[in-house]
Amino acid sequence: MIRFENVGLRYGMGPEVLRDLSFEIKPQSFQFLTGPSGAGKTSLMRLLFLSLTPTRGLIKAFGKDTSALKTSQIPALRRRIGIVFQDFRLLDHLTTYENVALPLRVVGQEESQYRSDVVELLKWVGLGERMHVLPPVLSGGEKQRAAIARALITRPELLLADEPTGNVDPPLARRLLRLFIELNRLGTSVVIATHDLALMEQVDARRMELGEGRLVIHD
Amino acid sequence: MPPRPGKPARPAKRSGPSGVEKLRSSLKRRMARPGARGELRPSAPIVPSQAVAGRALTLVVAIMSFLACLTVGAVTIIHEAANAWSNDLVREVTIQIRPADGVDMLREIEKAIAVAREFPGVGAVRALSDEETKDLLQPWLGAGLDLESLPVPRLIQVNIADASILDLAGLRQAVVEQVNGASLDDHSLWTDRLAAMANAVVFGGVAILALVLGSMVLSVVFATRAAMAGNRDVVEVLHFVGAEDGFVAREFQRHFLLLGLKGGLAGGLAACAVFLVLGVLADGSTGLAGMEQAVVLFGGVSVGLAGYLGVLAVIFLVTVLTAATSRVAVHAHLRRIE
Repeated sequence: MIRFENVGLRYGMGPEVLRDLSFEIKPQSFQFLTGPSGAGKTSLMRLLFLSLTPTRGLIKAFGKDTSALKTSQIPALRRRIGIVFQDFRLLDHLTTYENVALPLRVVGQEESQYRSDVVELLKWVGLGERMHVLPPVLSGGEKQRAAIARALITRPELLLADEPTGNVDPPLARRLLRLFIELNRLGTSVVIATHDLALMEQVDARRMELGEGRLVIHD
Repeated sequence: MPPRPGKPARPAKRSGPSGVEKLRSSLKRRMARPGARGELRPSAPIVPSQAVAGRALTLVVAIMSFLACLTVGAVTIIHEAANAWSNDLVREVTIQIRPADGVDMLREIEKAIAVAREFPGVGAVRALSDEETKDLLQPWLGAGLDLESLPVPRLIQVNIADASILDLAGLRQAVVEQVNGASLDDHSLWTDRLAAMANAVVFGGVAILALVLGSMVLSVVFATRAAMAGNRDVVEVLHFVGAEDGFVAREFQRHFLLLGLKGGLAGGLAACAVFLVLGVLADGSTGLAGMEQAVVLFGGVSVGLAGYLGVLAVIFLVTVLTAATSRVAVHAHLRRIE
């Protein structure tokens, strides 16, 4: 699905923050990306999401060499990837429903086409009663679930979640994890960036550990 | 049970919520749930309209449109006046016969009239009478002039019935060859100057129009950049959910299109109001000295159909230009941040 070969990344003239990364995210796989703060987890997630270009190495996304992609080709690939940010990135002037429907709106779908799907997904993530509220009214956990629903509405082949349990209490973190496992069972590859050891211990999954810019994989 | 005197009234124990609490909880519900009964509100614009620097920019666009419309109006007034002057002048030519020794002026006049009448396209041909000639010279030579004692050239007014079939060069040649001391003046000196003046005014008008629209475009560019900067989170989120640049640009362009239309209409309508007021003042019944002189000079200062069509064109141009400018600015901004 996504393959890295000897990928390195540096910002400007600074030192390499990621070095010689070689791995593959396989279809229907589930993995944690872990490492101490500042290890480069978010940078790696951005590389996976094609919002950064590596300074060296090769990234192949869905069979395409990303260095040969035109800017206009990137949105179509991004639509095959869902991303959940630690800070949710919900638009405060749109309701939960509108935030979740946003990925469908940007591809030009009419509301009548997607309304029932969005409502159904919101109910599935437990926000059926909160679909009309604006994000500032939502709790941290509700925001997190809205952000997850937005990432899922287009049924992406790959879901990237950056510290999805960073702002929620342990019971909710467990619920969210069950949600990700359920998604994975339904066919979506999942990459969860976290340094929450307790969370990782709950699932027997591949662990990709970043340290000092290098990646160690525990299958 | 009524409260006892001297004791503060305490709310009785109640089974349901009081009216105030009902109202409070209802308000709370409404605030938390805009579509409280399960219905969805119409999808809100992705770029909030209040995030685009609206009122100030609308005012700038309105003022620019107003100035552009006034320029168009002024250009049409002068252009139409110049056309009217030119038409008046080309509708007639003048044969001038200079007196010379041994030449019978009356015979030459008759000969010239006869020559002119032979040409197709020529209408009435008439020699200016002695009285008319005296009137023409009176401002320079005073009253009581004796034409016989002065070598005054005589003029023959040749009206042109159909300029398309008149051979003006042939007429000039015939008059010069067959009539002693005669020459033909087709007023081309004046019409050329008028045309040059009209062209200069039109050129100046177009230049002013270009400057005004250029300033407006720059204002829109700055406003678009400010709107993009103010909505950076929206742009980022749109990119993350896979929006193409064209979609992002359309979302911003929609606001600017509406803004341009509002500003253009406001400026255009204000300019139309000015044109109407000018038209009323130009009736001549107002007694304004300046206006009367303007009417004499321009043959009327009211803006015609062309002026109003120009206003419509300016409104259309301003709207399209505002939207297109914002679109280009958004694309440029997106290219920079990628």
